[in-house]
Amino acid sequence: MNNQHPDASASTRKENSEALSEQEVMMLLEEVTDPEIPVLNVVEMGIVRRVEKSGQEAGFRVVITPTYSGCPAMNAIEQAILEKMMEKGIRPVDVVTDHREPWTTDWMTSEAKRKLKEYGIAPPPPTGDDSDFLSTLKSSQKIVPCPFCDSLETELRSEFGSTACKSLYYCHGCSQPFEHFKCI
Amino acid sequence: MSTFDEIPKTQQEALRTVVLWLADDRLIHGHRLSEWAGHGPELEEDLALANMALDMIGHASSLYAYVAKLEGREEEDYHAYFRDDIDFTNCAMVELPRGDFAFTMARQFLFSVHAFLLYQALMDVLEDEELAGILKKHFKEIRYHLRHSGEWMRRLGDGTDESRERVQHALDDLWMYTGELFTSNAHIEATVRFEVFTDPATLHAPWMEMVRQVLDDATLTMPDQNQYMFDGARQGRHTEHLGRLLAEMQFLRRSYPDASWT
Ligand SMILES: [Zn+2]
Repeated sequence: MNNQHPDASASTRKENSEALSEQEVMMLLEEVTDPEIPVLNVVEMGIVRRVEKSGQEAGFRVVITPTYSGCPAMNAIEQAILEKMMEKGIRPVDVVTDHREPWTTDWMTSEAKRKLKEYGIAPPPPTGDDSDFLSTLKSSQKIVPCPFCDSLETELRSEFGSTACKSLYYCHGCSQPFEHFKCI
Repeated sequence: MSTFDEIPKTQQEALRTVVLWLADDRLIHGHRLSEWAGHGPELEEDLALANMALDMIGHASSLYAYVAKLEGREEEDYHAYFRDDIDFTNCAMVELPRGDFAFTMARQFLFSVHAFLLYQALMDVLEDEELAGILKKHFKEIRYHLRHSGEWMRRLGDGTDESRERVQHALDDLWMYTGELFTSNAHIEATVRFEVFTDPATLHAPWMEMVRQVLDDATLTMPDQNQYMFDGARQGRHTEHLGRLLAEMQFLRRSYPDASWT
C-alpha cells in the first residue's frame, strides 16, 4: 500500500525535510496517537525519546522505547510513525528501539495525565509513591482517586485490567468500575 | 557500563548461553500461562493470567532478540520455533502441565520470587548497557507478578478447606523442581567467573526467606527441603512434557515456515 500524501511529490518532499529541524519533526510526531489510548500521542506518552538527523541525505532517526514488554501495540506504533513521516514527505526515516533506559510512567507529561483522567482512566502517580508496598508483597494499599467523581473511597479489584498497563478499580462514591494506569 | 562488543569472546559465549536459558524459562512459562486464556476462574483472573503470559512472552522475545543480535541472526524466532526439546535450557518447573489454578499460582509465586531476586542481583553485575536496560524493564513487571501471585497464596492458603488443600498439594508437588533454580553448570560458572552473571546458589537463602514469609502468612507449610531434587533440564534433560508443549507451539511455524499474517 502506498501511504504517500497526494501532494508530496518527490521534489517538495526533499525540500520539506531539508528545511525541518529535529524539534519540528518532534512536533509532527505529536499527531501520532497511541492505538490503545487514542487521546494520547506518542510524544507526551514518553515513547518517542528523541529525534536525530540520521546523517544520510535529509533523513531522521526516531528513537522510541517500549512501554510494556508484552505490549502488542509497539509494532503498530512504529508503523504509524513511519506512515506519518511519509505522509509529511520526510525520508528516509529509521525508527530504532532503545532499551537502555526502561520506560516509566514518570515520562508521561502532566498534560497527558490530565487527558487520561478526562478520558476516564485514573492517571499514574509519581513512581516514588509506589516503592513501599512491594516489600510487604501485598497488593497496592495506595489510594487512587476516582476519575469520574474524585472520591477517595475506591478499591483495587485486580492488578491487571484490559491491557497490561492498567489495573481495575471500583469506586464506592459513584458505584462505577474504573481503570487505573499502573505506575511503573 | 559498556557494550557487548567490548566484552571478550569467551565471556560473550558464556553470557549468550545464560541469556538463552533466561529466555527459555520465560517462553515456556508464558506458554503454559497462555493456556489459561478463556479458562480463568473469574473474568479478572482470566485477564491477569493472559497479561502475565503476554509479559513473559514479551520478556522472552526481547531476550531472544538480544541473543539473535549476538549471533548475527536477522530475527529472534529461530530460538523459539526451530530448536528441539534437548536444545531448550529452561528449568523443568515451567514445563509441567498447568494443573489446577492453585498449581498455576503456586508455580507463578515460586518462580516470581526467584526471578525477582535473580534480576535484582543481575542488574548489579551486568556490564552490558543494553542487556541491563532490558532486565530493568522486565523487573518492573516481575514485581507485579510477584505481588499478584503472593496475594493468591494468601487467599488460597487462608481460604476454604479445599483451596488450602489444593495449594498445599501444589507446593508439595512443585518442590522437587525448585532445587534446579539454584544449581550451577559450566556455563553459569564461566559467567560468574567473568563477573558477568550471578551465582544462583547465593539466591537460595533469600528465596527461602521470602517464600517462608508468605507461606507463614498464608498458614501453609513449607515442604521438606531434604527431598529428591530434579536436575538436568538446563542441560537439555527435560521431563516428557516439554516435547508435547513444543509440538503444539512449533507446529504451525515449522509446517509453514514462510507463513505470514497478511
Ligand atoms: Zn467515582
